[in-house]
Amino acid sequence: MAEIVIKNVRKEFGDFVAVRESSFTIEDGEFFMLLGPSGCGKTTTLRMIAGLELPTSGEIYLDGEEIGQRPPSERDIAFVFQMFALYPHMNVYKNLSYPLVSQGMPRAQVRAKVDEVATILGIKDILKKPVGGLSGGDRQRVALGRAIVREPKAFMMDEPLGALDAEFREHMAEELRALHDRMGATTVYVTHDQLEAMQMGDKIVVMNNAVVEQFGKPQDIYDMPATMFVADFIGSPSMNFLNFHGKVAKGEELVTLADQTMSVPTLREGASGDLVFGVRPEHIRLSDDGDYRGKVLATEYLGTTQIITLDTPNGEVKARIASDQPATVGETVGLGFNAKTVTLFDKSTGRALRSELNEGVLAHG
Amino acid sequence: MSAYSVTEPSTRSKWFAGSLVILYALITMIPLAWIMLTGFKSPSDAISYPPKVVFEPTLEGYVNLFTTRTRQTQEFLDANPPQNWADEIVREYDMVIVGPSKFGERFLNSVIIGFGSTFLSVFLGTLAAYAFSRFKIPLADDLLFFILSTRMMPPIAVAIPIFLMYRNLGLSDTHLGMILLYTAVNISLAVWLLKGFIDEIPREYEEAALIDGYTRFQAFYKVVLPQAATGIASTAIFCLIFAWNEYAFAVLLTSATAQTAPPFIPTIIGVGGLDWPAVAAGATIFLLPVMIFTILLRKHLLRGITFGAVRK
Repeated sequence: MAEIVIKNVRKEFGDFVAVRESSFTIEDGEFFMLLGPSGCGKTTTLRMIAGLELPTSGEIYLDGEEIGQRPPSERDIAFVFQMFALYPHMNVYKNLSYPLVSQGMPRAQVRAKVDEVATILGIKDILKKPVGGLSGGDRQRVALGRAIVREPKAFMMDEPLGALDAEFREHMAEELRALHDRMGATTVYVTHDQLEAMQMGDKIVVMNNAVVEQFGKPQDIYDMPATMFVADFIGSPSMNFLNFHGKVAKGEELVTLADQTMSVPTLREGASGDLVFGVRPEHIRLSDDGDYRGKVLATEYLGTTQIITLDTPNGEVKARIASDQPATVGETVGLGFNAKTVTLFDKSTGRALRSELNEGVLAHG
Repeated sequence: MSAYSVTEPSTRSKWFAGSLVILYALITMIPLAWIMLTGFKSPSDAISYPPKVVFEPTLEGYVNLFTTRTRQTQEFLDANPPQNWADEIVREYDMVIVGPSKFGERFLNSVIIGFGSTFLSVFLGTLAAYAFSRFKIPLADDLLFFILSTRMMPPIAVAIPIFLMYRNLGLSDTHLGMILLYTAVNISLAVWLLKGFIDEIPREYEEAALIDGYTRFQAFYKVVLPQAATGIASTAIFCLIFAWNEYAFAVLLTSATAQTAPPFIPTIIGVGGLDWPAVAAGATIFLLPVMIFTILLRKHLLRGITFGAVRK
């Protein structure tokens, strides 16, 4: 069981910088998500932890020991590949026993260990089968089994559910999380699916363009995004950005949007120029008497809620409201924002302005 | 009218395709069958005109292929009765068997040189192909092109320089010399074929092995090699066929010690000129190893020819 510390890690492939100086800490036993769009450097980061790529600079600590430049065999880290990478010329049993054989474990012990893991994963009945004919779920289980069989210090998973169909994914995600909770081993999990990250992770690192944008608990990241990218990437529909031009000062609690005064969490820093008023769709109320008004452009019915698209003086806004609340296309309604949930961004840097809401989260971001 | 299907050919087109294949097979098999039959003919049947399709089979050709014989006087023949069936056959020509011919030796040379160079080509080719496929090599594309370019002219075009080089290096008429020569010719084919196969093996397998605690080399031979077995097998067939059948260099560079079967077979002299049945018998036996090798590896061969283009 292990704590993993990533310190100023950078990776270059020739002229291309895959990961820029990144730092974060994965605590012992955490289910840790590396989240970001494709090409953001999350998989490279994972591969560097596992030793499949060596960092160009920076350090990686596993249980306080610097392992950045060591070969994977000396790291005691398991890896679950996106396409599973089961050895196709071996049957399930051989696949599972392969990591143990490399350690020179006696045969009887290997047998017992494989048996135990197969029981945990419910794949005892397919041990003799070749891996070629297995279903996606069984392949996934064998891949997991091969990872957990030698009880490594940590697990790396590269979009392990990516190859499964949607229906089965959900089920496997639960199984995976349950397995993690049972083993209590540190797990680092790469995904581009923000829902998967929120659903399974204890903590999330959001990466974009080779940079760590934010790192923290799923709820903190959702409620208090550190950058506009995070705000946009997480949540569906994503956070509304109301653009305005103005000046805010430290300690202020009000901003002016299209001549309307809105209250925001008390600011801890000031800014001026192009600013953005960020609010999640579910934090918008529609009321007839609001002074800030918008015209309903479209409604999307989603069962318990509906998404209303509105045209406001500061751009298009999506609001998530209860589906029994009437909203007609073409009518003009008043919008109310929940002041406690608003995040202001400086558009030129894309960063959130510190306020009483998010200062605790941004401090270690 | 029967149902029309885009994927399933009609019965008629299946018959047509089938008969076309059979016809083609027959045409290509005729020379082969003729050689095999000639091996069992008597010398006069072998050169008779019109050619004989029906004849009385004899093992004379095979006996002549494997033995050296001398003509003897009638007294000698009467004093020494035939010792076995082979002896009996040659007595018809007033001859006795005095020892084995060189064919066995030449055949063994072919085996040593053919399989030796095949092994070396595939061994070196696999290592090179793996390196080209997996590692960042400076000027990799240029190197690959250079390797391919060694096949752009017929090898025999450089026969004279090679002849002179071999004479100076003392490689003329040696097994090692022939193995090196055939390896040099085959290696470009081996590298290119095998690179195609190894490119198709996902890197994840090796990475998984690395993670599972194996070294790079262990990952290569425990995980990559079994995956590349098909490619290696088909490459080996191609290399063997070339080295086995090669004639021109063998004539030029080998004589007493390292001569292979191809230059030897046509020189088998019988009574009054070439001994065609013995030549045919030699050719038949010569065909066998490659035939067996190909049959053993044939399930890999189709995949090899399609260059690994079909892989699920």
